[in-house]
Amino acid sequence: MNGIHDMGGMDGFGPVRPEANEPVFHAAWERRLFALSQAVPFAVPYGDDHLRREIERLPPAEYLGLSYYEAWLHAIRSLTRLGCTPSDPCSRSAASCRAVRPRASRPNRRSPPAMWMRRSRPAPRRASPMPA
Amino acid sequence: MVGRRSSLTDHDHDAEEKGLALRVKALEELLVEQGLVDPAALDRIVEAYETRIGPRNGARVVARAWIDPAYRERLLTNATAAIGELGYGGLQGENMVVVENTPKRHNVLVCTLCSCYPWPVLGLPPVWYKSAAYRSRVVKDPRGVLAEFGLSLPTDIEVRVWDSSAELRYMVLPLRPPGTDDLREDRLAGLVTRDGMIGTALV
Repeated sequence: MNGIHDMGGMDGFGPVRPEANEPVFHAAWERRLFALSQAVPFAVPYGDDHLRREIERLPPAEYLGLSYYEAWLHAIRSLTRLGCTPSDPCSRSAASCRAVRPRASRPNRRSPPAMWMRRSRPAPRRASPMPA
Repeated sequence: MVGRRSSLTDHDHDAEEKGLALRVKALEELLVEQGLVDPAALDRIVEAYETRIGPRNGARVVARAWIDPAYRERLLTNATAAIGELGYGGLQGENMVVVENTPKRHNVLVCTLCSCYPWPVLGLPPVWYKSAAYRSRVVKDPRGVLAEFGLSLPTDIEVRVWDSSAELRYMVLPLRPPGTDDLREDRLAGLVTRDGMIGTALV
């Protein structure tokens, strides 16, 4: 299925506008949201593919109007409901939540950065060899 | 001047900033209250990406490849392992491929679907890399897009565009600039830019 996110080859988005000396984040809320996106999967069973799926499911007009981290905010809010947080048990059963992310980690709110950095991702694959 | 926090399509949403900040704060407070995240861990994650995980790492990889032919060979054969030799790897860099610029071929990276990027060596991607303008057009008119970065390549240089995915992330090994034979590795690394490793600039 195609979607608005599949942008390669589309016309009409205008020139690219690089920003000189761009900071890593442009606002304090972007920092916090990015950090949440990395920390929350230790406690709530979702992976990158789930985050992206939530963004790709947005209606096209809404997708185009959101900034990058705004779309992440939408996805994380959506996934934390799906992922059965303790005080907001979602409509799915715990079993189906486990199925969403087989390697669902136990809640571990004090994840040391070393563990966080080495966290493996769903469906790792071998790199394809380079074409000649 | 584009709004600092530009949307995919470059609309200016600055008026919504305050609302967004409040929504993120509310989300964080809720998750902390439920014991799902530790605010101190959030600080450390931010600190890592603002200070340690960025294009300086990739620059070290490039400089090593420039001075050490055996390393360059390993880098082009198994980038993930070779990059790991310098201590970089992990999140969003589980499988990396390095593509080498030559006098006859220039490489440039994109993620047309979203924002895939080799975090361990380049850090988090710039806003323009995630923009609709770049994602849509660099695959269709790469020379036109490169010209917007001030890079006009002669037509006899082939341009290859590499579309990254969640499973496979690319980095460009730029050409070593002429006249740098006497430079030590750390000085060479100082010449390497983020855009040089994306392919929207030469080094």
